[in-house]
Amino acid sequence: MTTDTVLIKTVGLEKSFGDIEVLKGIDTEIKKGEVVVIIGPSGSGKSTFLRTLNLLESPTAGSIFFEGTDITDPKTDINLHRQKMGMVFQQFNLFPHMTVLKNMTIAPVKLKKATKKEAEERALSLLERVGLADRANAYPSQLSGGQKQRVAIVRALCMQPDVMLFDEPTSALDPEMVGEVLDVMKALANDGMTMAVVTHEMGFAREVADRVLFIDQGIIMEEGTPEEIFGSPKSPRLKDFLSKVI
Amino acid sequence: MSDIFEPIKNLFDSLAHEFNFVFIEDNRYTQMITGLENTVKITFGALLIGIVIGIVIAAVRSTYDKNKEKMRRSGSPAYYILAFLNFICKVYLTVIRGTPVVVQLMISYFLIFVSVKDGVPVGIFAFGINSGAYVAEIFRGGIMSIDNGQFEAGRSLGLNYIQTMFHIIIPQMFKNVLPTLCNEFIALLKETSVAGYVGVVDLTKAGNAIAGRTYSYFMPLISVALIYLVIVMILTALVGKLERRLRTSDH
Repeated sequence: MTTDTVLIKTVGLEKSFGDIEVLKGIDTEIKKGEVVVIIGPSGSGKSTFLRTLNLLESPTAGSIFFEGTDITDPKTDINLHRQKMGMVFQQFNLFPHMTVLKNMTIAPVKLKKATKKEAEERALSLLERVGLADRANAYPSQLSGGQKQRVAIVRALCMQPDVMLFDEPTSALDPEMVGEVLDVMKALANDGMTMAVVTHEMGFAREVADRVLFIDQGIIMEEGTPEEIFGSPKSPRLKDFLSKVI
Repeated sequence: MSDIFEPIKNLFDSLAHEFNFVFIEDNRYTQMITGLENTVKITFGALLIGIVIGIVIAAVRSTYDKNKEKMRRSGSPAYYILAFLNFICKVYLTVIRGTPVVVQLMISYFLIFVSVKDGVPVGIFAFGINSGAYVAEIFRGGIMSIDNGQFEAGRSLGLNYIQTMFHIIIPQMFKNVLPTLCNEFIALLKETSVAGYVGVVDLTKAGNAIAGRTYSYFMPLISVALIYLVIVMILTALVGKLERRLRTSDH
């Protein structure tokens, strides 16, 4: 599915919180249609890296190019670019005061990307695809964790983004619900969606990823195809990490 | 048998007589109605102003508190504007919460709006400004208590700061602060009883005037107290109903 068009490019990306350097220079590219899985020990900076991609964290140094535009430039209207970058959070972050349908349609309607009717039709067909069509009028508190995360995914999709960012989407789920969320993500990958996924699900990385980034101590310690990363890891840090998680 | 009921009957008779003398004669009850009208006008007007001021100030203050570190580092001019607005808000809160509402009311009437003879609009203004300070802090607490993930989810969908605030954060905040806001509303209603200081015939003033006129204190004052009590009870019931309706989203 990977094409040659570069969708996201980071150059010398650095991020510090106070005196703590979390990212120490990340250079990478995500191509259109590519599924990039980011792994690494906790505290390695992998979530921070993902969150800088749509500027939820503003980088301390370096640039991020999205579809050719430097979004770290203060003159760039980040809201326009965020409309094309869907994000799924570990804690779902559904809006508790809105129904599932309203959760999905609020952004497209308010941002004039679609009329209310169009947005609702799109939302319903997306809900159908993830098997939740009957929950359109439910409130988030009436859903299970797995259902919440599936709604969060289709909420982001309702904006018809060019790339989806997943920040540990299954880490807050009960084990029996991880599968249903991963299945949705796999289907999405098969449809050709460009995805950047931070996860601890090594099985998912092995099966779905086009490329795996191993981030440790704020840098990309090692990267490659799943076969290379899981089959023949080179750096001792990666070997050590894999021995602990698999 | 009739001996047992005799004292009760006498009591009712004398109360009815008293009521007739105090309220019906000379149509004195109309003063009470005017007073009630003014009390309700001032309370609702002030609450409306208070909520608007409260939302604006709470939005400014919480935006500043959440983003000051980030904005200071970027050195954008927006930071200085925001810091200035935040400072103004703080001064307002300090002055308003630091002085008695009666004094603020008299300053409004005798010093600021000297040419306005009707105390009701001045009362709405003064109580509104006063209430705004308390409502602002209630709202700010409410906004700060909303999980930051809600902000991030809104922003990640492409909604800008203000859209996220108004569609995502403030509706949730409202639900959380409703009981406290109701409290403020009740306090405000009762505080308006000092409106008589600027010549407004509010409920308290009306009761007091009738008492002064008839030399009978029991009936007017107890009636005034009962009317306040009934309004507060109705308000509490309405807010309770609203709370239950808003709670439909968390089963």
